[in-house]
Amino acid sequence: MRKSLVRLAVACSMGTLISSTPAAARDLVSFDSGKLILTNGITTIEGSGGGGLATWATISGMGTNRAFGVSAHVTGVELPDFRLDTHGIAIGIRDRVELAYARQNFNTRQVGAALGLGRGFQFNQDILSAKVRLAGDLVYGPAWLPQVSIGVEHKRSLDAAIVRAVGARSSAGTDFTVSATKLFLGASVLANATVRVTKANQFGLLGFGGDKHGAGSAGRSVQFEGSLAYMLSRRLVVGGEWRTRPDNLGIAREDDAKDLFAAWAVTRNVTVTAAYVDVGSVATFAGQRGGLLSLQVAY
Amino acid sequence: MMFLLPMLIAAAPLAEPPVEAPAPAQTEAPVDWDKEFGVVRKERDPVTGEIPVDPYVQGDANAGARPYSGDGLARAFGGQAGIRRITDRALELSEADPRIKAIFEEHDMVRLRRTLFEQVCYLLNAGCTYTGRDMKTAHKGLGTTRADLNALVENLQRAMREARVSFAAQNRLLAKLAPMDRDVTER
Repeated sequence: MRKSLVRLAVACSMGTLISSTPAAARDLVSFDSGKLILTNGITTIEGSGGGGLATWATISGMGTNRAFGVSAHVTGVELPDFRLDTHGIAIGIRDRVELAYARQNFNTRQVGAALGLGRGFQFNQDILSAKVRLAGDLVYGPAWLPQVSIGVEHKRSLDAAIVRAVGARSSAGTDFTVSATKLFLGASVLANATVRVTKANQFGLLGFGGDKHGAGSAGRSVQFEGSLAYMLSRRLVVGGEWRTRPDNLGIAREDDAKDLFAAWAVTRNVTVTAAYVDVGSVATFAGQRGGLLSLQVAY
Repeated sequence: MMFLLPMLIAAAPLAEPPVEAPAPAQTEAPVDWDKEFGVVRKERDPVTGEIPVDPYVQGDANAGARPYSGDGLARAFGGQAGIRRITDRALELSEADPRIKAIFEEHDMVRLRRTLFEQVCYLLNAGCTYTGRDMKTAHKGLGTTRADLNALVENLQRAMREARVSFAAQNRLLAKLAPMDRDVTER
C-alpha cells in the first residue's frame, strides 16, 4: 500500500513537472509571432525598427505584448560613388522594449583614392540601440493616440583617426529619438514623425560634431524624420520618407535624406524592401541618388 | 481441486493483497453536484436556439462605435447577405484555427453568429440595429490576448478577401473595430 502511494506521488509530481514546464516557459521567454503582418515595420539602416531611413515607434520582431520577438536584417544601398552595407539583429521584449545591434560598412570606392584614403576604403560603424514604447499602439486603441516611443542609439565609428582628420569632434556619439507612429486604418495610411537629437555626420560614418559652428558649439542639433505610407494590400505597402540632417563639417556639405519605398511581406516572417534613395552630397560628391534593397526576417 | 491452489497463488499479484474497502453506506440520497457547486444549466431557447444571457439594456451604443453614413461600405460588402457570409466565414475559420479555437469551444456560437453579423451590419450602415451586449460584458472572463485578437482579425481579413471586398474597404471596417481592443482583451 505504502509502495503504491509513493509511486502515485512520484507519478503526480512528474506529471506536474512536465505540465508546468511549458507554462513556466510561456511566462518567461516565448515567441508567438502574433503581430499582424507588416505591423512590425522593417529595419532602418541604423538597425532600429522603422522604415528604411526613419526610426519608428514600433518594436522589432513579431512578438505581441506577452511574448518576445526577434528580427535580423541585411540592407545594401548602391549610390553613384559609394556603397553602404548594413546588417544587424534586434530583440523585441513584450512589444515594449527593443534592443538592437547593427554594423554599417561604407565603401568609398574611387572616392577613397581621391581623398587619399585608398581605393575602396571602408568607414565602419557599430550601432547599439534601445527603444521603449511609452504609450499607444500602432494599430489598436483610440485613432488619435499613436504609438509613442523614445530611443537611444549609441554609435561608434571604427575609424577614429580618419573621422577626426575630416573635422569631426568625436568618433562616437549618441542620438536620442522620440517617435510617434500610427496606422490610420480608415485611410489605409501609416504616418510617422520622429524628432532626433544628434551630432552625427552622415549617420555617424564621418564622426560626430564638427568645425562648422565654432569651437564653442556642442554640435548637437534637433532633426526631424517623417514617413508616410499607403497599404495597397495586407502584404504590400508603398511610401516615402524625409530625414533632415545636421551639417557640421566644414569640408563637406551634408543634405537631407529622402526615399521612396515599397515593402512586401513575402511571408509573415520575411519582408523585402526596395527603395529609391537620395542622400544628396556625401564627402563633397554631390547627387548621391541610388537604390536600396533590404531583407528582413522576423519572428 | 487442491492442485489448483499453487497455480492460483502464483497467478496472484505480487503486490500487497487487495484491501477490502468498506461498502459505502447507502443511507443518503445521491448528491446533486450541480446544486452543490451552484451550476445552473441553461437550456437553449427552442425558437432561437440561443442560450439566454443575463438581462441587459439593449441599444446601438453597445456596438462600441458610431456607424458610417452613406451606403458605400454596405455595397462594398455585398449588403446584408454579403456581410452575413463574411461574419459566418470569419467565425468558421476561427473555430478551426488552432491558435484560438479553444475560446469558441464553450461559446454560444448561435448567438455570436447573430450578434457579430448585427454589429458589422450596423457599423457599415447596412440597415441593422445591434441587439447584443456591449463589448466589455460580452468578452468578460474570456481571457483573450492581443495575439488572439490578431488571429481573429486575420480570419476576418481572409473572409473579406474571399468575398472580394477591396482592401481599403476592409480597413474601414477594421478602423471601427480596432479602438475596442481594451474592452475585448485582457492585459
